[in-house]
Amino acid sequence: MSCIETIQAYGLRSLGIGERLLPRSDFTLCEQFTLIGSGMIWNIYFGVVALLIGFFFATGLALAKTSRNRWLRLPADGFIFLFRGSPLFIQFFFAYFLFLSLKRTNDFFDPFTAAWLGATIVLFCNTAAYSAQIFYGALQSVPKGDLEAADAYGMSGWSRFRRIVWPTMLRLAWPSYTNEAIFLFHATTLVFFSGFPAWQQRGDALYYASYFADKTFNPFVPYPILALYFVLLTLLVIGGFGLVNRRLNRHLPQTARPRLRLRPNLIR
Amino acid sequence: MSKANRSGHWPKLSDKLTKSRDPARCQPLNRDTTIYNYCSDPDALEGVKWLSCYLTTGVHFQFYNAFVKVLLLLAVTAPVALSFGFAGATAARSRFLPLSWLGRGYIAVVRGVPDIAFFLFFVIALDQMFEYVRHVALCPDWEDPIRQGADFIVCQQAKLPLSSAREWVHETYAFALAVFTFAIVFGAFAANVLFGAMQAVPHAQLETAEAYGMSPRQTFWRVLVPQMWVFALPGLSNLWQILIKATPLLFLLGIEDVVYWARELGSTKTARFSDYPHGDWRMWYFLALLVFYLVMTWGSERLLNRIGARLSYGQATAGGEAMRKGAAL
Repeated sequence: MSCIETIQAYGLRSLGIGERLLPRSDFTLCEQFTLIGSGMIWNIYFGVVALLIGFFFATGLALAKTSRNRWLRLPADGFIFLFRGSPLFIQFFFAYFLFLSLKRTNDFFDPFTAAWLGATIVLFCNTAAYSAQIFYGALQSVPKGDLEAADAYGMSGWSRFRRIVWPTMLRLAWPSYTNEAIFLFHATTLVFFSGFPAWQQRGDALYYASYFADKTFNPFVPYPILALYFVLLTLLVIGGFGLVNRRLNRHLPQTARPRLRLRPNLIR
Repeated sequence: MSKANRSGHWPKLSDKLTKSRDPARCQPLNRDTTIYNYCSDPDALEGVKWLSCYLTTGVHFQFYNAFVKVLLLLAVTAPVALSFGFAGATAARSRFLPLSWLGRGYIAVVRGVPDIAFFLFFVIALDQMFEYVRHVALCPDWEDPIRQGADFIVCQQAKLPLSSAREWVHETYAFALAVFTFAIVFGAFAANVLFGAMQAVPHAQLETAEAYGMSPRQTFWRVLVPQMWVFALPGLSNLWQILIKATPLLFLLGIEDVVYWARELGSTKTARFSDYPHGDWRMWYFLALLVFYLVMTWGSERLLNRIGARLSYGQATAGGEAMRKGAAL
């Protein structure tokens, strides 16, 4: 099988399109690159969906955490504590078994035990909690002068939030939020190792990488391939978030703009 | 691993470790290992009494033992990773270029890639490396290549642990490998934190030390190292929290840890195989794990805040200044 044919057969394997049987012996480099790359589709899907929805929830949570009303503050505090204080790995397991027992009582929860929905919900809650903490920190450091200026212009409520508080919060939080996005993409590799079944061997990049490592008993090929893909993805995320960062800081003089810095990736 | 099993598959490390022993599904281990007298006939029990007997069966003590394993991992990994980090940071600061590259390379390599990949990679890679080194040392006249297609073959004497070794040797070896893997990964994070902390110590302090005629070595040990901790502490305490939250990944390294036992004990038990039949309780077991980790992180946060306050005392930082002012009032 030539490399083009391999790509045609396995390029979308993680979505269930193409050849059903995974290669079983005599693995070529091309097969490993193709399948692990195909698995990256899942990593990107989990990461993008969780980030997109999580962003708005995180903003809400951060606002609730700063609120004077204790009925808003306490639940937000609890939510953030719950998801930041426990390992994501255990959260996945717990959520999976929770959905499994809910499924027994009601058919409605059927799709929740599948990775595409169940794992996304966990990742969404997790990233919302971590981002909310970042946003909360940023809300606390919105310059007092900005708020006073808003008051002086007669802004209040929604327009003050929309025009002054929120953009400044995002601007301050953006470098940390970029790191959070990178961690989240790395965390997506945990999904298929934590209860959620890879139905018909449709797994993510690490799933296929460990498949090859198990079969060939040689970790020195699949894991570096996986690493390469993730380094590329990380660079892409930094690039994309860097563009947003530039837009958020466009009113500032050139020298005052905060630079994005990649901190070491850490597990949750 | 590196040993073909009968079915011809290449066993994962976890297969090598867990063997066929599977107490949770075996015949009742617990029938005669009860703590309370009234547990001799579980069928007749109800409510709290049943639960107290259920939670003190032999397999449950293995579950509780797994928590000790987690604490042991933390206790061993933290200092080892810290020393790896110290070595890495010191190397990265070195004026001798190759050493500096080595230190910076170590820090950089662990960045940008999911950590789980590192865990899965290092456990196999380290095992193969040890066996290969022993193979070269112990069997010099071995002709065949080590890698034959999908096989990794070393001579009998080079295997680790020896196939004749007792089971606890296998388990200890696997645990040591896991600790080493954790230490390598977290060592790189710690190196990054310590490197930043060393850079953060005010330069004037080092210049003063030199002006007093201290040698570079004396400056490093007497001025730089004592002062860097206050800058390193926020990063290190963050790292400690992350280390706590990384301990369930032991499961992926093939150790019978809390996750393993929670899955085993929680799964449905029928009356045929167990004295204590129950449905699928895995959710509740994982809820218990969730609470355990929440308590761990909450407790260490409080402790680390105290240490932070203690270290800031008398330092020329915002925290130290606030304490000075607070004391003056």
